[in-house]
Order: sequence, then structure tokens, then C-alpha cells
Amino acid sequence: MMDTRVTVKSQDGVEGMDPNNATETAPVFRTRDLAVYYGDFRAVRDVNIEIRGQDITAFIGPSGCGKSTVLRCFDRMNDLSPSARVDGTVEYHGIDLYGKDVDAVEVRRRVGMVFQKPNPVPKSIYDNLAFGPRLNGIKKKAELDEIVESSLKRAALWDEVKDRLKASAMGLSGGQQQRLCIARCIAVKPDVILMDEPCSALDPIATARIEDLMQEIKQDFTIIIVTHNMQQAARVSDRTAFFTTEVNPESDRRTGVLVEFDDTQKIFSNPGDDRTEAYVTGRFG
Amino acid sequence: MTTAMSNKWDAGQLRLSPGRRRSDTRMRYVFTAAGVTTLLITLLIIYTLFKDAWSFFWNVPKADLWTIGWFPRRGMYDIKTLFVGTLMVTGVAMLIAVPLGLGVAVYLAEFARPRVRKFLKPIIEVLAGIPSVVIGYFAISFINPNVVTWLVGGANKAFNIASAGAAVGILTIPIIASVTEDALRAVPMSLREASFGLGARRVPTTFRVVFPASISGVVAALILGVSRAIGETMVVAIAAGAVGGGLFSTDLFQPGQTMTAAMAALGFGSDQVAGDGLAFQSLFFVGFLLFLMTLVLNVLGDRLVRKVREEY
Repeated sequence: MMDTRVTVKSQDGVEGMDPNNATETAPVFRTRDLAVYYGDFRAVRDVNIEIRGQDITAFIGPSGCGKSTVLRCFDRMNDLSPSARVDGTVEYHGIDLYGKDVDAVEVRRRVGMVFQKPNPVPKSIYDNLAFGPRLNGIKKKAELDEIVESSLKRAALWDEVKDRLKASAMGLSGGQQQRLCIARCIAVKPDVILMDEPCSALDPIATARIEDLMQEIKQDFTIIIVTHNMQQAARVSDRTAFFTTEVNPESDRRTGVLVEFDDTQKIFSNPGDDRTEAYVTGRFG
Repeated sequence: MTTAMSNKWDAGQLRLSPGRRRSDTRMRYVFTAAGVTTLLITLLIIYTLFKDAWSFFWNVPKADLWTIGWFPRRGMYDIKTLFVGTLMVTGVAMLIAVPLGLGVAVYLAEFARPRVRKFLKPIIEVLAGIPSVVIGYFAISFINPNVVTWLVGGANKAFNIASAGAAVGILTIPIIASVTEDALRAVPMSLREASFGLGARRVPTTFRVVFPASISGVVAALILGVSRAIGETMVVAIAAGAVGGGLFSTDLFQPGQTMTAAMAALGFGSDQVAGDGLAFQSLFFVGFLLFLMTLVLNVLGDRLVRKVREEY
């Protein structure tokens, strides 16, 4: 029943946590029978997926299908909810992310996240950008200045804020705040950027700018985006995973499952599963 | 859709009935009256305080306000004795309450597991509920003999400022802890996620993101704590030396007198002051100064909060 159609590729030569050691063809992430529980509630089950590098991968599906939950496994953000428990394995360049000796903090320095609601910290624009680099021990002002400027330029925000870097980031518009969050993510030079419905709080113009930005940075970062917006998935992504919910007849509780994962074009034009087709054509969800 | 609705549509259904209107008006009066009454009581207190304070100030020989100590029965109203005593007690109290109060708050809000928090929070609230008279006797029966005199050989064995200050500090911990904890917990989870998402550990997240974001609450907690310490009466009346501490002194380990304890002594009559003469009026003068101190503190705090506040 699980028609995931993942492209299985060899991952020879993958050693250590350094993504540079990975060969081009190795998947960035590979999950095996991934399931996430909150207390005794199983939010999502049996997810087997491989995420290729330098792709934009979209996770789509109705509310409660577990797409955000799966996303939050990739940088171990689920660790922050005390009740969350992860079953199965998540490999990052061949390393078991939930292995005993893996430091979640080190994972998050390589796998950045952009959240649904723009979340600049209540400090200046500059301090938001410099936050990550400072954590990594960069103290020289010239070096920080350079990172701040280049990150803001990459996020197409520099021209709008270069004259007020010391102003509070809270004064920016929602779209600017979200681009600031992307810039802040870029500033720590991650390997992967996870985006959890990054445009759901933005208007269409701000959304378009974020989507353009994603295209511009995709050659440098592996991007996974969770979105409620199917058109967005179709526009920006190379590969799309469709999740849905299944109701357990005994407990009447919903559990998310991965239905299908394929090239975005195929998902939207010729999906392999009826449920996918029903969803992408708007007959359900 | 529903035929009943479309057929029986009647503009009268929208009319506000006179009874409803009257009851709305009545309720508005009730709540306005509650607000006005509180305001009037406050003004009345300030007036009472000010009237006698004013009368005292104009009738007292000014030289009596700056002598060797606070001995109202002998006409010595040395304000600096009380002021320095209050300052020392508050200082010692803050030395204990600030690190412990903030520490507990950070622990509860950022580090404790939910189960531990559920267990620990009520205990801290119990601490807040202990009557200050009990803490006062705890100061003279435990803190002074077992801690202060043990640490400092020359400390007064019965009463001293340090023991009283420590006890006031214990009383202040729960206030600082609970207000700070509320402030920390009010910081949205999304800010912590931003920090964790960039690869910050818990300690940098707490001190570089959560704490700055909640600074207005933290400052409010500290001001409330200082106000509480300045205003605490029973503990200092019991443990600081009270009437015996009337001589001007800046020694933490000797008896001292604070503004509040001096007022209480005047009120109880342990100063052997009778009638409503000048000595009795001095009570209001000290009270007025106390009021001014906390007022200034609150205004300053408010300013500070506005200046350093980081909106989220």
C-alpha cells in the first residue's frame, strides 16, 4: 500500500557528520519506518523516504497528516517536546540522527529551520543575523559584518534594511521578518534548510518573494518545505511527498502516513495513488 | 433556508428592551463605584500620611532630625539611622533573594521537567505563605545563632541587621521567583525555537534570548522584591534590634533600626511614647518617606522597563 517510489542510490563513502564527505549521490536524509509518538498518540507511522541533496522537496497533505512532525525529526526539533518519542531511524548522510552519541545541537547547526510564524528574536536586525555565527565563536566585528551583509544579500533583504541594521527586527513587515529568518538561517552556513509552512502567514507578494528566494539558494542548500498550498509545492519543488491521515477504527484517532513520493511533475500530473490524485485535484483535503 | 426565519422576520427582535438597558446602566455604575472607591481610599491614606508628616516636619526642631540615633522619646529623630538601617537590611535581603529568586525562576521555567515543576512550585508558594512573624523568630532562633554568629565571630548574639536581612531575603525569594517565572514563561516558544534552531544550547538560549525578551518582567520582579524588602516590618521588628538598635550604626552585625520597625515600635508603644505629640507624629513622617521611596522606585523601574524592553 505504501507506494513511495524512492530512488535508491548508493551511499558509498559516507562517513562522519561532515556533509562534505558525502558523495553527490548519497541521500541527505533517509528514514526507515519512522514513527513519532506524542505520549501514547501516534502522530505518524511507517515513513520511508529519501531526500536528495540540492533539491527542493515539498511535503504536502491535509492537516494532521504528520508532515511537520516528520520535518521536525530532521533537525531533532521534536526533542523540545518532552512527550515526543521517535521510532525507527532517521539517517543524515548515513549517520543515525537519533544515535546515542549524536548531539542534537550539532545537528541543528547543519540543519536549519524556518518556522511558520516569522520568529525574529526581539533584538536588532544585525543581532538576529549575528546570533548564530556568535554561537559558533565568531567574535571579530569585521567578520560578523561580512556574514550579516552577505546573508542579507542572499535573502534579498539587504537593500531594504542596510540603513537600519541596528533597528529592532520586530519593526519589519511579516514578509521581511520571514526573509530575515531565512537570512539568519543562511548565516550559519547550514547544509539543509527546513521550512515549515514558511509562507502561511504572508500575503501573496511576500510569498512570491520567498519562493523566488528559494530558487536562488537551492543550489547551495538542500531545502525541504512543508506547505498547505499545493500550487506552491508545484511551483517551487523538484520532488513532492504526499502525506495523508488514516483513522484508526478502534481509537478513532488519526495517524499520518506517507502515501507517495515522486517527482513533483508526476505527483501533480500522473500520481500513482488514488488518494494523491483526489488531493491534488482538490476533491479532498 | 429555515422558513420560520424568513416568514416571521420582525424588526422588533432587534430592539433593546428597557429592562436590559437599565440593568446595563446599573452594572456600569456598580463597577465605576468600585473603581472610584479604591481611588478614594488611596487618596485618603496619602492625605492622612501627609497631614501628620507635614505637621511633624514644621514643628520638629530641624537639628533633631540629624543626631546620634533614633530615640523619639528623647526627641532625637535621626532619619539617617533609619534610612541606613533600611538600606542595609534591603541590601542583605537582595544579596540572598536576587540570585536565589532568579535562579529558581530560570530553573522552573527553562530547565525543570514538568513533573518536577508541578512538585516544586507549590513548595515555593508555601514559603510565600509563611507569616513573617514566624520568619522573624526563625531569624533569631536559627539564622543568627547557627549561621551569622557562626560565620562572623564578632556579630551580636541576639539581634543584628545581617540576620534580619537574611530573613527578609527568604521572604522575598518567592516574590522574585514567581514574577520572574511568569515573565520567562510568557516568552513565546517560537523564540526558543528560533534559538535552538540555530544550534544554541539551553543556557545561551535562556540568557541571550529568553531573558532579554522578558526583561520588563524581570525588572518588575526585582522592584517588587525591593519594595517588599523595604516594607517588611515584622521580621526587622523582631530580629534587627528594634528599640535597642536606635543608635546610628553602619555595622551589619550589630543591632539596627529600620523605618518600618521604628514605626511599629511607635505604634506598639514599645518606645514608651504616649499621646499624639511630636513623637507620635514622627511615625507618619517616616511613613511618608517610606511611601516616597517606593514611589520613586516604581517610577524608576517603570522608566527602566520602557527603556530596555524588547517587544516580542
